[in-house]
Order: sequence, then C-alpha cells, then structure tokens
Amino acid sequence: MFDRLRRGTMTAAAVAVTACAGLGLSATIALSETVLKVVPHSGLKILDPIWTTAYITRNHGYMIYDTLFGLDMAGNIQPQMVDTVSRSADGLTVTMTLRDGLSFHDGAAVTATDVVASINRWGSKDAMGQKMLGFVDDLSATDDKTFVFKLNSPTGLVELALAKPSSNVPFIMPARIAATPGSEQISEYVGSGPFMFNEAEWEPGTKVVYDKFDAYVPRSEATDGFAGGKMAKVDRVVWTPIRDKQQAVNALIAGEIDIIESVPADLLPLVNGSDQVYVKDANPAGFQYTFRFNVLHPPFDNPKVRQALLYAFNQEDFLDATIGNPDLYQTCKALFVCGLPFETDAHMDGLLESNFAKARELLKEGGYDGTPVVLMHSTNVASLANLAPVAKELMEAIGMNVDMQSMDWSTLVARRSKKDLPSEGGWNAFATAWAAGDLFNPVAMAFLNSGCDKALFGWPCDEEIENLRDQFARATSVDEQKSVVEAIQKRWTEYPTHIHLGQWNQVSGLRNNIDGYLQAGVAVFWNISKN
Amino acid sequence: MASYLIKRILATIPVMLFVAIFIFLLLRLTPGDPAAIIAGDFATDEQIAEIRQKLGLTEPLWKQFVIWITNALQFELGESFYYKKQVSELIAQRIEPTFSLSLITIIFTVAIAVPLGTIAAYKQGSWLDRGIMGFSVMGFSLPVFVIGYGLIYVFSLTLQMFPVQGYIRFGDSVLGWLHQLILPALALSVIFVAFIARMTRTSVLEVLGEDYIRTARAKGQTETRVLMRHALRNAAVPIVTVIGLAIAILIGGVVVTESVFNIPGLGLMTVEAVLNRDFPTVQAVILFFSVIYVLVNLLIDLSYTFLDPRIRY
Repeated sequence: MFDRLRRGTMTAAAVAVTACAGLGLSATIALSETVLKVVPHSGLKILDPIWTTAYITRNHGYMIYDTLFGLDMAGNIQPQMVDTVSRSADGLTVTMTLRDGLSFHDGAAVTATDVVASINRWGSKDAMGQKMLGFVDDLSATDDKTFVFKLNSPTGLVELALAKPSSNVPFIMPARIAATPGSEQISEYVGSGPFMFNEAEWEPGTKVVYDKFDAYVPRSEATDGFAGGKMAKVDRVVWTPIRDKQQAVNALIAGEIDIIESVPADLLPLVNGSDQVYVKDANPAGFQYTFRFNVLHPPFDNPKVRQALLYAFNQEDFLDATIGNPDLYQTCKALFVCGLPFETDAHMDGLLESNFAKARELLKEGGYDGTPVVLMHSTNVASLANLAPVAKELMEAIGMNVDMQSMDWSTLVARRSKKDLPSEGGWNAFATAWAAGDLFNPVAMAFLNSGCDKALFGWPCDEEIENLRDQFARATSVDEQKSVVEAIQKRWTEYPTHIHLGQWNQVSGLRNNIDGYLQAGVAVFWNISKN
Repeated sequence: MASYLIKRILATIPVMLFVAIFIFLLLRLTPGDPAAIIAGDFATDEQIAEIRQKLGLTEPLWKQFVIWITNALQFELGESFYYKKQVSELIAQRIEPTFSLSLITIIFTVAIAVPLGTIAAYKQGSWLDRGIMGFSVMGFSLPVFVIGYGLIYVFSLTLQMFPVQGYIRFGDSVLGWLHQLILPALALSVIFVAFIARMTRTSVLEVLGEDYIRTARAKGQTETRVLMRHALRNAAVPIVTVIGLAIAILIGGVVVTESVFNIPGLGLMTVEAVLNRDFPTVQAVILFFSVIYVLVNLLIDLSYTFLDPRIRY
C-alpha cells in the first residue's frame, strides 16, 4: 500500500516538476481578437438596470443598451438615439424621432414602440421618471420612428430626465422585454448598445463578457461624455472583479489586466510608482460624502438640532480621514456638486466650518437633552469606514451623546429601512456616498425628497421643499431652474435633510497601451483602443 | 464491511440535519435583509417589502425551513437571490477551481510534509530535525494571506515566474491551470505541511522504537527500507487521520486563498453570499461542504483497513 502511495506521490511530483519546467512557456492563449480586460468596482449580480439601482448594473446597462439622450462633458443634454426634437408653441406637445440605423442585438430595428415601452417601465421604478411622467398625459408612438409626449403642463423635465446619467438610467429595450413589470427582473438581455452581453460566458460574480456589436451605428459627432459617437474599438470586453484591491493593482502592474475601474487612494502610490500604468478619472465630478438624518426620532426630528450639525461639521476632517490625499478631494459647499451645472454657494456662508459655539447655541435652542444618538458605522466598505468616527468626534465636541454602533454594510442597509425607535433597533444617523451623477439636480437627488413616507430612509417631511422640487420640474429654462435651485438650497439650510461632507474622486488605473478612456461620469468602454 | 458502511451513511443523516438547522437559523438570526440589499439605495419601503415577499422571506421561519429542507432532500437547492440561477448550477460552475486548489494543496502537502517528518524523526536531535521543526512552528504562525502576499511579491512581481491572480480552467489549458495554481497551493499548503510534518515525526518516532524495527535492522535491511517499508507504513494510520482532519481545515483556508489569489471558487462565492445575505447560496454551500467533509472522513476510516490489515469493521 505504501509503495503505491509512494509511487503516486512520485508521479504527482513528476507532473509538477514537468509542469514547472514548462512554465517558461506562456499559458496565454493566442487570440486574434482584441480583448479589453477590466476589473470593475464590484461583481455583476443583477442584470436588470431598471430593477436595481446598483452602480455595477447601471454600468452593465451602458455596455449593452443605448439611451435617447446623453450628457456631454460640460453637462449639456445632447441627443443620442434621438434624431430630432420639436416642441409645440404652447409647450404641451413634445415630438421626438429616432435616428436611422438603430437596431437591437437580435437584429430587429429599434422602433418608437420599444421606446415608449422602455420609458414606461423606467418611469414605473425611477423617482425622476415618475416625476417626469407626472407631467405626461399621453406617451405614444405615432409611427416606427416617432413618439409624442402630450404634457399637462409645460416642463423642462422631459429631456433632463431622459438624459439622466445615473441609476436608474432610461435605457431602451425591445418592447417585449420592457413589457416586464418594473417589480420583476427581465430575463432576456437584448439592447441596442455598442456591445452585446454574452450570456453563455457569463459566470455570475466572476466574469462578464461583452462582444462588439458590429451592426451598431454610432452618431457622427465626436465622442463627448455620453454624447457623440459610441465607437467600440475592441472586439471583447471582459469584466473580472478582484475583491482584493491590492491584488488588482498588482495584476495591473504585472500586465494581467488592462483597466481597474477604481483604485483606492491608499494604493495610488503603488500605481504611480510603475512606468507601465497611468491613472485617469472616469468621473471628474466625483462622489459626494453624505450624512443622513432620521427625522422620525429625537433629537433629529428637530431641525434646529440638524442645523447645529451644519455648523459643527467641516468637510476637510471627513475627507482627510477617508481619502487623505488632497489631490483626490475638494471641499465644496454647493449641495448640487461643484463642477455640475447647478453648483451654487448661495446661503452657505458660515456653514460647514466647525463653528462649535454657534452649533452649541443651536443645540440649546433645539432643546437637546442629551438623548443618545445612534450613529450607524459601516466597517467593511473602506471608503466609508472612517466617516462615522469623525462625525462622532465632531458631535461630541458640541456636547452630543453619541452611541456609535459598528456593523457591516449589509446590516446597515437592512437597519436603515427600519422606522423603529433607535433604542429598539432603529437609528438616528449614518454616513454614505453618492456618485455626482445622482445629485445633479433637485429632482434626481434622492436624499432631498422630503415627501414624508414616500421619501427615502430618514423620511424627511417638508412641504416647502417638495413645492420647490415641483417648481424645478416645471421650469422650462436653465436660468429658471438655477433660481429654483438657490431657493431649495436656502430652504435646505433651514430644514436639512442630510449634510454633504465633501467631494472626492476615485481614479482608474490603466496600462500604457490603453487609449481613449472617457471621462463620462461612469466607467464606459466604448472609444477605448488597446494597442 | 457493508453493514459498517450502511451504519456510517445512516449516521450522517442526523449530522446533516443538525448542520441544516444550524445554518438556517444562524443566517436568519444574523442582522441584514437581502431584500433591502437587492433593492438598492433608491428603493422605497414598498419596493423592499415587495421583494421580501417575492423571496418568500415573509413566511414564518418554520415554513421557510420546511420548504427549503423538502426541496433540498430532492436535490433542489433553490435559486440564488441575486443571480436568478439555481444554486446547484452556481456550485457546478465554481467547484472546479476549489477542487483543483484543494487537490494540488494536498499533493504538495503530502509530498513535502511526509518526507520532512520522516527525515526529522530519523535524524532526531540533529540540526536537520531542529530546522524542520522550526519551520513547522513558523508555518503554524503565519496566516495564509501573509504567505500569499509574500509569494506574490517574490515570484510574481519580482521574478515574474507566476501570475498574480486568476484561474484557467483545466479544460482550457492544463499547463495554464497548473501555472495559475502553484502559488496559491504553495501558500495554502504551508500550514498543512507544518502540521502534518510534525505529526509524521511523532508517529515515526514512536514506531522507530518498536521491536520489529530492531528486528528488521538485525536482519540487515537497509535504513531506507527500514524507514519506508516498516516505520512509515506502520505510522500511516495517525498520519492519514491527520490528513483527513486537515481537509476540514483546508475548507477555511480555501476561502482566504481564493480571495487573495482571485480564484473563482466556492470559497469566494461563500464570502460574497454571506456579505450579501444570499441565504439559499450560503445554505447550499455549507451543506455541500458538510457532505464533502463527512465523505472524506468515511473514506479515511475505510482506508485504515488497507493501511493496517488488523483493523476490521
């Protein structure tokens, strides 16, 4: 028996030695096609970009679907699938036509009927879509290429909503797929975008393969953010998530992958130290850290106490503790993000400057009685982990009693939806982050929704903010929209729904042979060539 | 033998049932709501409630358990909350990398640990013995991820001999498959080499003092033959037992190693599933690992009869 075992061991060793001897040979399979190997920010789990708001699913959506409009780099709305837009003199009829040459991955032409079904499904899920459809009495296809919005009131929201760059993006699907209720996931993944989803090669959570859609007809204009021609310049894009970011960077430097979507700030020196790779920011407007109140329970049911934190907090402390590298963050008092069209500092004087004296005064006015504040602290998302401890320090500096409870993000996500008393499993506050694309106007900014039970967790309830958001939706010119934004920002200083804790950027790492990575606001993979 | 086998197989039923109940309750008692995670940041309370209902999470616990266990008995492990795929399909997709990593680790372990332990026993008290035992202590003390990063730094980034991460399927390229797995298997095998080398040394030392070893030497047999044919063979039962136990520990090590080396196996899938509260996936994978563990132990017990003819069931 032992002899057999020994012989087996020897055989195994021989195989290993033989294999080791052959290690000089490259195991790489020679491929004639160009394959772009990408490490996305997380694994793709859900394939329906209307059903979930997960950013990775949104990015998947941009690979395989197309949009009617797209924002250019300057934040202006540009047509993408749409050819012409016309508006009646009274502003109540908006007619759009599709451009020539659009087809789905299954070969069928994209028709206005597909567009109508897609908008309706998106509008059944997305808050901005719902708001927009609230102005629409009728949306119908009048021929294969023309669809018409009959509005009940003039609004500038139609194009603005259809150009929404972040979750949920109004992607266009075939009508038969878009007929799936918004409450159910689609089970067929056919779009008309520059890449096709290769379902046969999909390994959930580990590998997603996209093949170039040869029949895609890009716009003739130059690529500009989500606008202009979407030119697929590689044959395949393969997403392979790597959980360990250190390993992702190692793999990039070693040439095993071409792009890492997001390089954590602490690993940037490693990337910068290699002459084989460079960094580029796909989302120059970046992200915004946010501190969310639960207004259902004391002490944050009192706006004065929330205002106290507007004075107690300063953005630099949060950004230093989480990002650390001043090249990758900026303090920005504008609620609607610095660098985006609705940026304004109006009514923000004296706020977010850690004026503890003023904060204590407001706490006193608010009648704060030492009620413990249950602050949820997410520990396993590196970019968020240091926010709560900084908030705790600053809150304690003005005399608040903070009960910081640490938990993993999944636990926090479950708990934030509970309306129970903080002492009975509920909560008072937590910190998170949003991509700038989610915050670009008052209707899109989910945390500003103050519709009480209809608002997101935290449930702010303020009629004035809601009226102003409606006014924004009705505004038909940018100037009018900007003046409403200022009014909203003013009201928000009186009734804070959340506090923005600063803007930060997360760069992508790319091999030197990769060219054309776009700064669209989302990591998209058209226009990229691999030399 | 047949009756022993039947008894052992029957004995696994209460074990598996206990595992099933334990893991089911553990997951339900852990804070976290898969519906809220799936729904995303913008979901309203109604949308979350709707998803919860669709996932069957609004049913009473006992009913959820009965549904799950009834399906599991028919080998229907349920559908992943996230991927909308059968968990059995996901396991089938992920089993090859995990099995490959485990297999090569065991081969490395046995190929390195048994000779090292035998040499240490034979050269008891020498510098070689002390060196091997010193390595053994070090092997116990170093976490897998530290060894992994160290190996990557030296062999991947500096010497560029091995890839940093990833996995190539056996069917795509045998050489590529082995090339990808050597570093992770080495990293994972260090602790097992340390463990089994120590056990081998102890077992062989005990045997070396036996009368039949003296007799073999008196008959003029070579030291190699004495060691290999008489000492190691008689010391095999405890060594094989320890290897069986090591396979249980291996499952934990696989999770970490797959994470470090980005191997898309069951370990990585389990971590993801736990973090996302994907109940059907976690339940199925834990049950699957339990079945494997029970089977391995059964095989180890059966192997005793081959290693030592005096053992009869």
